[in-house]
Amino acid sequence: MNSLLSTQVGVLARRSMRKTLRQPFQLFPIVFFPIILLAVNASGLKAATELVGFPTRSYVSFAIAVAFIQGAMFALINTGTNLAEDIESGFFNRLALTPLRRVSLIAGLLVGVAGIGALQSAVYILIGLLAGAHLDAGLGGALVVIALGSLTTLGFGALGCAAALWTGSGEAVQGLFPLFFVFVFLSSSNLPRNLLGTGWFHTVADWNPISYLIEAFRSLYIYGWDATALWRGFAVASALAVIGLLAASAALRRRMQRT
Amino acid sequence: MSTAPSNGRQPVAAPTPASPGAPDGSSARHGSIWRVAWTVAWRGMHTYIRRPDLIFPSLIFPLVFFASFAGGLSALGRVPGFTFPAGYTAFQFVFVMCQSAMFSGLFTGFTLAFDFESGFARRLMLAAEDRRGIALGYALVALARAAITLTLVTAVALVSGMKITGDSVDLFGLYGLAALLVLVGYGWAAGVAFRFRTIQAGPLMQTPVFLILFLAPVYLPLALLKGWIHDVASVNPATAFLDAGRGLISGVHDHTALAFACALGLILLFGIWTLSGLRNAETSA
Repeated sequence: MNSLLSTQVGVLARRSMRKTLRQPFQLFPIVFFPIILLAVNASGLKAATELVGFPTRSYVSFAIAVAFIQGAMFALINTGTNLAEDIESGFFNRLALTPLRRVSLIAGLLVGVAGIGALQSAVYILIGLLAGAHLDAGLGGALVVIALGSLTTLGFGALGCAAALWTGSGEAVQGLFPLFFVFVFLSSSNLPRNLLGTGWFHTVADWNPISYLIEAFRSLYIYGWDATALWRGFAVASALAVIGLLAASAALRRRMQRT
Repeated sequence: MSTAPSNGRQPVAAPTPASPGAPDGSSARHGSIWRVAWTVAWRGMHTYIRRPDLIFPSLIFPLVFFASFAGGLSALGRVPGFTFPAGYTAFQFVFVMCQSAMFSGLFTGFTLAFDFESGFARRLMLAAEDRRGIALGYALVALARAAITLTLVTAVALVSGMKITGDSVDLFGLYGLAALLVLVGYGWAAGVAFRFRTIQAGPLMQTPVFLILFLAPVYLPLALLKGWIHDVASVNPATAFLDAGRGLISGVHDHTALAFACALGLILLFGIWTLSGLRNAETSA
């Protein structure tokens, strides 16, 4: 039974990964937008490193962390849109009529998303190194970055699945992107929290879980091994994944009852 | 022939070639452009105000940018060499204002593309007396949308303690520049919308404007930028817009004439781009 489940999950995971990797308009934003924003911010905000209390002299090393979060957010859009497309085209319903176990429907998709997350994290690490970012935690740190990137992408992907199953509309899923982008803007994405001068902004960034995710990635680049930053980052990513999975399974149950 | 009023409002009259012997043919044509433009503008604003999915993002995004940049990056006001008389909030307000202005134009381009996709714009092209009025009508929508957004952003900026050290003439110039930027953004987006006639062309409208804006001195003045971004920003017209806007809000003028000349030049260029796009849409309609 377990080998059957893993076969089903494996097949659907491969399909999910191929669907993203074969479509240039899905791949392009994953690579292009985080890199462009990194290039612009790393140059435009380089002077911030002269502020007293700024943790590094390299703004690229500081800013690269945001690319991992943006990449994960694109996974939310791509996963949700792909699933919504399957629902709109009727493929999902046909799949549901096969002897495939329900858990495989979502698990397969999310294993594929986690795979994409690992892949895109490796690409960001490579581009960061080429751009002059220094990964203080070394090779072990790179593996942790990939693991955290994969888990974060899984969490966002699960939320995308939930939205697609709930609404059945790709347009509605696309509408979620700006909402999550706001969380990135209102976090410690551009400056460390100790340098956020405006009181209310500091409070919002303190309460914003995205700040802790960014800081976990950033800690590996700037401080090496910072246990506090890492456990907070993994806790946020895990919580995101659990919430996303619960929401996706509830939405799946609801959709199955309807069809 | 003219279309019958279906809802008690002014109809968009069907195309009638100007009679060659008519003594006031050009003024009749002129009048018909405005008739079509006002009708399109009225419908566009009516739709905009009544649809929360259109109005809320266009109002919330500039506020998020303002909060994030003016609030989150206020420490940059302490970077050695940064001197701006009106303070960092006003410095960032000008960027958000320019961005909101151009994006009001862009979003109206999205609306035009969506209207083509739904078939409404094609029917509109069949009914309009003078189709240039359609392009003009959407331009009025863009200006009205920008007026709403900029009023809100200005109010929030003032409540959050933004200082303005320029005088009232400077402020008039600042908002005049913003109005020109709305038309720049709209001109580009409308040209794309008329050519592609699908919302799928959205990234093509948005990405170049986004890049041009962010390759300007967004966070710090040009003098404090280093490396390739300094070289790119030095030749970017958006730098002139930001410098002029910041000069006007602080009362210390900087590249004001250049910014207005660039904006007017771009409006002329994108005006031709839009009208040729309209011809393109007419031939394939």
